[in-house]
Amino acid sequence: MTMFAAAAIAVLISMALALVRAFTGPTVFDRILAVNTTGTLTVVLISVYGFLDGRPEFLDIALLYALINFIGTVAVTKYVKFEALGFPMDGPDDGDV
Amino acid sequence: MADLSIFDWISWACIIGGAFFAIVGALGIIRLPDIYSRMHGAGMVDTLGCWLILIGLMFQTDEWIVFIKLGLIIMFIAFTAPTTTFALSRAAINGGVNPGPKISKIDKPDKKDDALSNK
Repeated sequence: MTMFAAAAIAVLISMALALVRAFTGPTVFDRILAVNTTGTLTVVLISVYGFLDGRPEFLDIALLYALINFIGTVAVTKYVKFEALGFPMDGPDDGDV
Repeated sequence: MADLSIFDWISWACIIGGAFFAIVGALGIIRLPDIYSRMHGAGMVDTLGCWLILIGLMFQTDEWIVFIKLGLIIMFIAFTAPTTTFALSRAAINGGVNPGPKISKIDKPDKKDDALSNK
């Protein structure tokens, strides 16, 4: 039980440090990077909390959060770059992010 | 610290290592100079920090489905973290962020840099 608490505290410290960059980042890409790191650490925090609570069913939520975090980061990156989500712009190199 | 089995010792080693790499990577996100080097800190959090903590959790269960779910989370992080970093660095290059801190100080900031920096 103590090791789960130690892991949760370390993950919370890392999330706080990453959120500092998300608040103070000079460009929008720094903020996207910091929020992506915070999301990845949230996945680990949900898993650790499941073990800490004695209910490992929380791992399903962590699995879903990993997928949603990836899709959300790529969507925000594409929106910042193209200012649209649904269609490729003109040019040979614009379809992919 | 009494009655720790061999799996508990392995878990402690993995979790302490993962906590070290997560905190050092998060410090790198704060202290490194520009976006391309901050991605290195984010990559350390994504790979070694998360993997070692999750591997440490894998030694603490006796149900095979929990083991498989933890392995799936590790696999998804292993696939999505490089993809996200690739997309983000490509968007940053196309968005006008100069690689290297000295170049951006010497050059005059153009319109794209003014639009992207929310100062």
